[in-house]
Amino acid sequence: MAQLELFFQTLISGFLLGGLYALIALGMALIMGVMRVINLAHGDLMMVAMYIAYGLFIFLGIDPYVSVFIAAPTLFLFGAGVQKFLLTPVMKVESILPHNQVILTVGLAMVLSNLATVLFTGNYRSVPVKYASSAWYLTDIWKDSPIELSLSMPWTLSFVIAVIITIALWLFLSKTDTGKSIRATAQDFDASLLMGVNVNRMRMLTFGIGSALVACAGCLFVPIYYLYPSLGRQFTNVGFVITVIGGMGSTNGAVIGGLILGIFESMTASYIGMGWAPVGRFAVFVAVLVFLPGGIVSILRKWRLGK
Amino acid sequence: MAAKEGILMNLLEVKKVSMHFGGLAALTDVSFELKKQEILGLIGPNGAGKTTMFNVINGFYPPTKGDVYLRGQKISKLKPHAICKLGVSRTFQVVKPLQRMSVLDNVIASAFLRKKNKVLAEETALEVLKFTNLYDDRNIVSKGLPLGKRKRLEIARALATLPEIILLDESFAGLNPTEINEQIEIVKKIRTARGITILIIEHHMKVIMSISDRIVVLNYGQKIAEGTPHEIGHNPSVIEAYLGEEHGA
Amino acid sequence: MKKFLPLIIFAILVIVPLMGLSTYTMHLLILVLTWSVIGMAWNILGGYTGQVSFGHAAFFGMGAYTSGMLYLHFGISAWWGLPVSIVVLTALSLIIGYICLRLRGAYFALATLALGEICRVTAENLVKITGGNMGILINERTWVEKTWFFYIILLIAAATYILIRIVIGSKLGYCFVAIREDQDAAESLGIDTTFYKTISLCLSGVLTGIAGAFYMNYMGYIDPSIVFPLFDISIVVVMVVMIGGAATFWGPVIGSIIMVFLAEVIRSLPYIGAAHQTIFGIILILIIIFLPNGIVAGNFFKFLTPWKMKWRQKKASL
Repeated sequence: MAQLELFFQTLISGFLLGGLYALIALGMALIMGVMRVINLAHGDLMMVAMYIAYGLFIFLGIDPYVSVFIAAPTLFLFGAGVQKFLLTPVMKVESILPHNQVILTVGLAMVLSNLATVLFTGNYRSVPVKYASSAWYLTDIWKDSPIELSLSMPWTLSFVIAVIITIALWLFLSKTDTGKSIRATAQDFDASLLMGVNVNRMRMLTFGIGSALVACAGCLFVPIYYLYPSLGRQFTNVGFVITVIGGMGSTNGAVIGGLILGIFESMTASYIGMGWAPVGRFAVFVAVLVFLPGGIVSILRKWRLGK
Repeated sequence: MAAKEGILMNLLEVKKVSMHFGGLAALTDVSFELKKQEILGLIGPNGAGKTTMFNVINGFYPPTKGDVYLRGQKISKLKPHAICKLGVSRTFQVVKPLQRMSVLDNVIASAFLRKKNKVLAEETALEVLKFTNLYDDRNIVSKGLPLGKRKRLEIARALATLPEIILLDESFAGLNPTEINEQIEIVKKIRTARGITILIIEHHMKVIMSISDRIVVLNYGQKIAEGTPHEIGHNPSVIEAYLGEEHGA
Repeated sequence: MKKFLPLIIFAILVIVPLMGLSTYTMHLLILVLTWSVIGMAWNILGGYTGQVSFGHAAFFGMGAYTSGMLYLHFGISAWWGLPVSIVVLTALSLIIGYICLRLRGAYFALATLALGEICRVTAENLVKITGGNMGILINERTWVEKTWFFYIILLIAAATYILIRIVIGSKLGYCFVAIREDQDAAESLGIDTTFYKTISLCLSGVLTGIAGAFYMNYMGYIDPSIVFPLFDISIVVVMVVMIGGAATFWGPVIGSIIMVFLAEVIRSLPYIGAAHQTIFGIILILIIIFLPNGIVAGNFFKFLTPWKMKWRQKKASL
């Protein structure tokens, strides 16, 4: 029975984690899909948002969930700015090494994480919100339940908000004109250009939205995680592992991949141990790259076409 | 050698090749033969599957069904470089020059397939460049070449691998009339002076009709006709395939 | 005159230790030479063959640990690591190549990045084999003075340079560049791209590993964060080659000189010291935007010109 309890608890934790992971990956997938840029500074953008939330809480007492409304727009502007002033000039230049955009984001990541280290030192910080350890228990609802399961309040809240944001994004991309223009630019840049889509603005918007999404994820993580400057790298890894699992540039893939990775890491932590977690993540990454380069989405596509 | 040529008249055989991409059938049950030292034209409306056929013969795609035989040997599962070593070279419809290398270096790179050292490779390269009228441009960086010369560079590179068969994919697209005539002469010379067998995809009807010994027609991935240029020109289903496309579009 | 430039530079370098430079300067020069080797090695795979690796720390660290573990577990001199690392690194390169070379472009870059990180974390966790985060310390230094260390790395660097010149001017070089320019075209022209990419990777990996093995012997102490780090080795080598100029012979050397001295200058500035990565990051961004082809920039096919001229002169004189 204890085994069953552990399994379900792990599954739930994994699912909740996966929802947040999906939000991180969504931003990266959007950027990858529209601009074919692998943003290796993605996690550091998230770290910046987390420190903003931290600062707002410490100095103004603002709850991290409310900080979403401040951090997200801030990072939206920052992201759009990065696209306009840094990425666009790079994309124009012809060079022998084709990965200049990626290297540029690496440079950005170095600057952000190092600045954070200098400004905030490497000390772990946490935001002690009142509800940090509150939870809902299965036995509260079902008195005679054979197993005990708990749903941590901040985790659940963050998950629910993440789901809301994801749905909002989906609506934006599929129902609004701007959203459709973004998807068009992702599918065929030249055709969109010819159709009158302001592709440069789309790119700026996309990088902005991608940054805003990851900023949301950051604020949602603040109540449940602790904060240190090199967090960024970890979450960048999470981001691109998920986009590869899901399928590069696919927003659907990001969601599915996020949930899968969340559950996988939760299982690994419960059953194998924390130290090997990064290796597990990377091993999955390499395995997917080798055996399923198109990601999960490619399986779905084949299945759909085969019908 | 002569006895062998008598028995194996079919240099290349495509047998019931089908090519599926997911749910899309790009080629369905296509069969034809390429006889030694003939010029075979492969035509058809856009999207008929001609370049896909080249990609199958060349080794980029293993056929979903069916096989390709070279001199009686099955080559369907081989990789492109192995097929090139066996004597099949190709050009690409969207030309692929090795951009940052000079014209000469482009051809030397492919000449290395058959020649062991730089000196011999360069010799072959220079000879091929003279053959394709690119000798004077040999030191120009290929990025800076106009389209007509790039198309000739494609051919030159393919020739430098000293092939027995050459697959030409729309070598005439985008050329002006002077360039077209020049190119026709080169293609004819490839057969007469070097004894190479040619399989050519082309949209330019006049060119194809004047060069080819025989023609195979594809439409929607299927072979709809095969014969001499005269026969093809008067074949009702061929005419319908092209005219039907005009009306439908 | 231009033909003899490498020889002149070599001759000058040979005399350098006799010039009575400070230990600190000698240390910097040794670092420059070490990075030159790593840079030239990376350049084979990245600059000439077009496969950009973000994980070269894996090779460097493996070379360093080969040396270190020979000392740690077998009690023999770490210098044996140099020849042994050739074997070990060939094996590692073949494995990494098998996994990653089927991927193209940015996927390849990410995969190498992941593998580099896997190596680092593995080294941290396999404490019994590698000493974990405690690292490996060599108690008996071979020499106190830098002179012989300098000559050894100079020899390695010179040999690397000569090897690259020979390889790039040969059939291998043409195949590498053809693969870089257009892999599909290269494949159709009879170049076995998988085979040649693997050779390129092995050459690159082995040379980097030798540099790593040297580093172990020279510094006397290594740990996973020193020899396997993503930013301080894998990314720095990319910067070295990019600043100097990818796919050029002297690019990596010039890049090393600049990077080493830049790093030292930044580190010694009183207030900025801790923020050196920020400055590196900014420099990296500026280079990418304004100088994407590096300093020794320009026509990459022209590397063949000296050889062509020589051949032509020879032919004319026959």
